Amino acid sequence: MQKIVKSATAGTLESSDVYVELTPSDGGNEIEIESVVLAQFGDAIRKSAEAVLKQFSIENAKLKLIDRGALDCVIRARVETAVLRAKEG
Amino acid sequence: MSKIVKTLREAIELAGLKDGMTVSFHHHLRNGDYVLNLVMDEIARMGVKELTVNASSLFDTHAPLADHIRSHVVRKIQTDYMSAALGRQISTGLMQEPVEFRTHGGRPSDIILGRTPIDVAFIAAPAADEMGNCTGKLGKSACGSLGYAFADAQCAKKTIVITDNLVPYPLENRSIPETDVDYVVVVDAIGDPNGIVSGTTKITRDPVGLMMAQTAAKVIQASGLLKDGFSFQTGAGGASLAAAMYLKQIMLAEQIHGSYGLGGITGYLVDMLREGCFRELLDVQCFDLKAVESIRSDPRHMEISGERYASPSAKSAAVDNLDVVILGATEVDTDFNVNVHTDSNGYIMGGSGGHSDTAAGAKLAMIIAPIMRARLPIVTDRVTCISTPGSTIDVLVTQKGIAVNPARSDLRERLKAAGLPVKEIGELKEIAERITGVPKKIPQGDRVVANVIYRDGTLLDSIYNVPQR
Repeated sequence: MQKIVKSATAGTLESSDVYVELTPSDGGNEIEIESVVLAQFGDAIRKSAEAVLKQFSIENAKLKLIDRGALDCVIRARVETAVLRAKEG
Repeated sequence: MSKIVKTLREAIELAGLKDGMTVSFHHHLRNGDYVLNLVMDEIARMGVKELTVNASSLFDTHAPLADHIRSHVVRKIQTDYMSAALGRQISTGLMQEPVEFRTHGGRPSDIILGRTPIDVAFIAAPAADEMGNCTGKLGKSACGSLGYAFADAQCAKKTIVITDNLVPYPLENRSIPETDVDYVVVVDAIGDPNGIVSGTTKITRDPVGLMMAQTAAKVIQASGLLKDGFSFQTGAGGASLAAAMYLKQIMLAEQIHGSYGLGGITGYLVDMLREGCFRELLDVQCFDLKAVESIRSDPRHMEISGERYASPSAKSAAVDNLDVVILGATEVDTDFNVNVHTDSNGYIMGGSGGHSDTAAGAKLAMIIAPIMRARLPIVTDRVTCISTPGSTIDVLVTQKGIAVNPARSDLRERLKAAGLPVKEIGELKEIAERITGVPKKIPQGDRVVANVIYRDGTLLDSIYNVPQR
């Protein structure tokens, strides 16, 4: 398991982008999603965010996504960037 | 004799406004309009209740109507267009009675046929004389054409002109004549000039938009319609304007002399008139200052009424002779039905305006739209709301290809022969979904919040409430 040791952000609030905030949490991963396409893609966004956290074996992240209609590849890239900025070492 | 009444309240009293009646407004002052709110606030203070408001369009500036709905001053709304500020509240269940959406042609038709009688019409007039002759071409609040107000003034039981610019009688070159007007009220300001017309309407700089616009112009060129006598309408959206710019280049290069440009008129259509692409502009509404200046000074730029623009029950209307119209869409489905009433989450944020009127009249009705907006594909299995029936749409232009209505195999062959990227509409849907993923269906409420009435008076579709989580 890798640890989130500090807060980090990635992305912007521009249309077609997603703004990601990552902070350390005490118990397990916690994901909060705000999106202009929540009804259409809310589940897909959550799944992609969880997949990236799992890929980096992160288990103590509080992740907030403010989505402005970003494509899946953008969501994964922004979450990955935030993870790399926030983890130890 | 003079028709001037000292206060708005006195005019409303003289007009005999009572509970349950219908008042009407036109929208040429657009988001700069003060008159609708001024009148409705006064009516509320007078204690009149349960009114129907028939407005040719409602903009964000008219959001205070929501308070008058809550306090039962307003019971029902009839309109051709409603922007998001009020639309969102309607979609979440603000009103008991469903909103009645008509088209810019259907509205004057129904007023003139007596299907939607008006008790008191309020005409916001940038210039008027004391007998009520009025025009939109002059004054600090000049808006150009008053096209949509003609049927109201002509058919309402009482007509009140409200102006901030009283001129000596008789006003030359009037739009609405004194024969239709009962009372004239002078106020400090009928609107905010900054909201009435945009200084300039701008062509898009977005490369995707420019690419679609270029394709749109090529489609028109290949359609066989672009020849002397050509008639044309386009919206004020960035990509539509860019299409007009490319079309102008083709017309000038090939020395094609069109007949008329129609509709809401922008500076780009004015340029096309001046450079000889058209002989005349038929103008029901001005979108920018250049159009206002042109309708004031150029006799080839003519004001027309909403009835002459698009009424389906008039003996003829300008849309009937239209060759090409370029239109927008929030959604298009695989049967070519178009939604311009709601956003992709089901909230009301627009309306037909002249969309379905021009689509029905034009020989070539073209939708121009990006294949996806943010993460939402433009092509769906079924649009959230049918604003314009697919049977009247000929072609959809996107940056990833062109889809032609299967009923127009002649057009399809012409476009293919010209080497244009023709695809099936289902293919455009799949191309977008490969990039975005397949969107889940949005939840729909079980209560009708608005009915969309087609230009012939039939019910085209109903809009349901958006359930709140």
